[in-house]
Amino acid sequence: MAMDTTTPASRRSLPSMSVLGPIIALVALVVIGALLNPNFLGAANITNVLARSAFIGIIAVGTTFVITAGGLDLSVGSMAAFIAGLMILVMNAALPTLGVGVPIILLGMATALAAGLIAGLINGFLITTLGIEAFIVTLGTMGIYRSLVTWLADGGTLSLDFGLRTFYRPVYFDGILGISWPIIVFALVVIGGEILMSRSRFGRHCAATGSNEHVAHYSNVNVNRTRLFTYAMLGMLVGVATIMYVPRLGSASASTGVLWELEAIAAVIIGGTVLKGGFGRVWGTVIGVLILSMIDNILNLTDLVSPYLNGAIQGVIIVLAVILQREAKAKG
Amino acid sequence: MTYMKTLLAGSLALTLGAATAEAQETKVIGVSIPAATHGWAGGMNYHAQEAVARLEKVYPDLQFVLATASDPGKQVNDIEDMMATRNINALVVLPFESEPLTAPVQAVAEAGAWVTVVDRGLSVEGIEDLYVAGDNPGFGRVSGEYMASKMPDGGKIVVLRGIPTTIDNQRVEGFEAGIEGSGIEILGMEHGNWNRDDSFNVMQDFLSKYPQIDAVWASDDDMAVGVLAAIEASGRDDIQFVLGGAGMKEMIKRVMDNDSMIPADVTYPPSMIATAIELTAIAMTSTAPVSGTFTIGSVLVTPENAEQYYFPDSPF
Repeated sequence: MAMDTTTPASRRSLPSMSVLGPIIALVALVVIGALLNPNFLGAANITNVLARSAFIGIIAVGTTFVITAGGLDLSVGSMAAFIAGLMILVMNAALPTLGVGVPIILLGMATALAAGLIAGLINGFLITTLGIEAFIVTLGTMGIYRSLVTWLADGGTLSLDFGLRTFYRPVYFDGILGISWPIIVFALVVIGGEILMSRSRFGRHCAATGSNEHVAHYSNVNVNRTRLFTYAMLGMLVGVATIMYVPRLGSASASTGVLWELEAIAAVIIGGTVLKGGFGRVWGTVIGVLILSMIDNILNLTDLVSPYLNGAIQGVIIVLAVILQREAKAKG
Repeated sequence: MTYMKTLLAGSLALTLGAATAEAQETKVIGVSIPAATHGWAGGMNYHAQEAVARLEKVYPDLQFVLATASDPGKQVNDIEDMMATRNINALVVLPFESEPLTAPVQAVAEAGAWVTVVDRGLSVEGIEDLYVAGDNPGFGRVSGEYMASKMPDGGKIVVLRGIPTTIDNQRVEGFEAGIEGSGIEILGMEHGNWNRDDSFNVMQDFLSKYPQIDAVWASDDDMAVGVLAAIEASGRDDIQFVLGGAGMKEMIKRVMDNDSMIPADVTYPPSMIATAIELTAIAMTSTAPVSGTFTIGSVLVTPENAEQYYFPDSPF
C-alpha cells in the first residue's frame, strides 16, 4: 500500500529516467536523422521505417508479455520463417482448387495463425507442464523450426506463385488513407497489448508471476496457465507478423527471420521491461523497436560511419539505453 | 515384426561384411560441405548429391561419403569422423571458414589422402592437391564491364554488397576496376548481406536518399529480388536495370524471357562442387594428372546463352 501512495506523488513531479530515457533517445535519433538528411522525415521514408518495424514490433509486443511473466522465447525468428514457408506451401497447394482470390488469402492467414498458436502452445506446454527451462526449450525449437524451413525449401527458397503474390501484395504495400497495412496492424496490436498489460487482470497476473512465482501462486494466480497464455499469444503474434511478411517478397528461406528473436528481446529491454520479469511496458517496447530500426535507417541514409560498424552502433545504443535506466533506478 | 528385424539386421551385417572384404579394392571419397542455409549453398548441395549419385554409377569401385555441416565446428567433426571411421582415400571439402578448417584438412593430407579444396581457400598454401575455385575478382570485373557497356554515357548507380568477407572485397574491387573510366559514378555502397530482406531495406533507403539512380549492381540474385521489390513498391521509373549475380534459376529465367529490368546475370556456379568431385574421381581411378588449380570463370549470361545456364530442377 505504501507504494500506491508514493507513486502518484513522484509522477506529478517528473517521470523517472527509466520512462524518459527511451523517449529521449528516440527524439534524439529523429533530430539527428532530420539534420543529416532532409528526406528522413519525408512521408515515404517514415512509411518505410514503420512498415519494416512492424514484423519485429508485432513479435516484440508478444515477447514483452513472455518476459514480464519471467519467461524467454528464442524461437520466434525461426518460427516466423517456418510459418512463412508453411503458409506459402499451403497457398501454392490450394491454388488449383481455390484459384486466385480472397478465400485462398484467408486460408493462408488461418494457416499462419493456427501454426503460430500451435507452435506457441508447444513451447508453453514444454516449459510449464513439463517444467523445462524456457531458454533450453526455445533454443531447441529454434533449431527445429530453422531446420524444418530449410528442409521444406530443399535448401533453397520457397516462393509464392507469381499471380498469387501480385494479388496478396497490397497487404504489405497498400493501406487506408496512405497508412500501410503493416503499420495499422502494428498499431492495433500495440493498443491491444497496452490495454491487456496495464488494464487487465491478465497483465497483472503476468507481472505477479514474473516478479515472484511463489507469492503469485499463493495469491491465487494460476502461474502455469498465465505463462502458457503468454507463449500461445506470442505464437499467434508471430503468425500475424508472418501474414504481413509474406506479401512483401513472397518468399521464405532459411535466411528469413534470422536474429529476429534477439532484436525483439533487445527492443523489449530498451523499452524498460525488466529482463528478469515482473514488470513490462508495451509502449516502451514500441519505442525500442523504433530506435533499432531507425538506427539502421539513419546509417543507410548517411555516409557518417563505415557500414562495417552498423552493428557496433546498435550495440552501443542498446547498452546505453539500459545504463540510463539503471542509473535512474539506483538514484530513485 | 521381430522376424523382419532379424532379417534386416542379418542382411545389413552381410552387406557390411561384404563392404569390408571389398575395402581393399574400393576407394572412398569423403565430401564435406556446408549445409543448405542459403540459396547458393542449397544449389551446391543439390549439385553435390547429383554428382555423387551419377559417379557412383560410373565408377563401381568408388564409394562416397557426403556430410553437410551447419557450422565450422561440425565440419571439423565430420572430417575427423571420415578419417577415423570411413578411412577415406580422398577428401573434397568446401571449407565453412578458412581458419578453423586448415589444421584438420592438413591432418587429412598428412595422413596420405588426396585433398581437393573448393571455392574457399585454406589459410596455409600448398596443403591441397587440387583447388577448384570460383573467380571472385573476375565475377566483379565481368559485372563491371557489363555495366560499362550497358551505360556508354556513364550514369549513377548504387551497389549492394554481401557479408563483409574477402570474397565480397575481391568482387567489389574487380567491379570498380571493370567500370573504371566509363563515367559511371557509384553513389553509395551498403551491405545487404546476400539476404533478400536486408537488401530490400537497404534499397528502400537508397531510394529515399538519392533522387536519381540509373542502375543497381545488386551483386547477387537473392539481393536482386529484394532490390526489385523495393523499386516496384516505390513506383520509381528512373532505374533502368538491376544486375544480380550467381545464377539463380528464377533470374536466369527472367534473362531468358528478355525482362528489361534483368537484362543479364553473371554466374558464380554452385555446380563447381560437381567439378571438384568429378576431378577427384578421375584422380582416384586413373593416371591422368589433375592436381593444381582449376579456376571456374564467371560468365556473362545474356538472353542469347541463358538456356544453357537454366537448371529448373535445382533449388537455386
